[in-house]
Amino acid sequence: MNFLPEPTLNSYLVLSAVLFAIGTAGVFLRRNLITILLSIEVMLNAVNLTFVAVDRYLGAVDGQIIVFFVMTVAAAEAATGLAIVIALFRHRETLNPDAYTTLKW
Amino acid sequence: MDALLFWILAALAVIASLLVIGQRNPMYSVLLLIVSFGALSGLYVLLGAPFVAAIQIIIYAGAIMVLFLFVVMLLNAQHESQVAGSEARFSGGAFARRFGAALAIALAIELGLAIRQLQATPFGGEGRPASTVRDIGLRLFRDYSFAFEATSVLILVAMVGAIVLARKERS
Repeated sequence: MNFLPEPTLNSYLVLSAVLFAIGTAGVFLRRNLITILLSIEVMLNAVNLTFVAVDRYLGAVDGQIIVFFVMTVAAAEAATGLAIVIALFRHRETLNPDAYTTLKW
Repeated sequence: MDALLFWILAALAVIASLLVIGQRNPMYSVLLLIVSFGALSGLYVLLGAPFVAAIQIIIYAGAIMVLFLFVVMLLNAQHESQVAGSEARFSGGAFARRFGAALAIALAIELGLAIRQLQATPFGGEGRPASTVRDIGLRLFRDYSFAFEATSVLILVAMVGAIVLARKERS
């Protein structure tokens, strides 16, 4: 398998950057609250990949422990975020964030 | 072999994530995100982190995404996103949309340039053994025990908060 370059630390970092940019684009561009939450999950996963790759590079396990904490926080964030989405949906019957502009005048 | 696997999994992760952003139906977005998580889990195995690969599948694909699926099915809101093409899918006016896309592209280019500054760094010691659950557990419960306990409080607060927020208000 010599026709493919061997993955280095940089390959993983670039992949992580690309995934993070995709997640950012999703948060900026989509107008569906659920898809915005999913884009945030994509961004969190890109960061996790960086942690694990650098962990491998340094030969430590601290990065993997931080990934464990990131996943826990992501679970908490998803639970509360989705609860807020449900509460919002009850009020306006829509998932479009442009409909919730009561604080703006 | 590792190189081939890396490129396949990386391409799968990027394509699945792009499709997550592009889907009109949130149900398909959730399912495609599970594909992306599976690819990332394979990358974690390549990086010698089988524990992270396992919890990626169990917690992310198993728990968090099922939660998302429940909410998508509960709200049953596909119909509202089918109003009209990209106008309905993407938020804001034409200017806001283009500005957001430009920001995302600028971020990608910026990150790419920053990483190009580095030398291509191979992982030291390719034959390094994969980290075991034992290593992680010892480290977690010795040096990070306070953070671990704080996490359990966080989960409890999130649980109570989710129940309070999603509860029907009695009139």
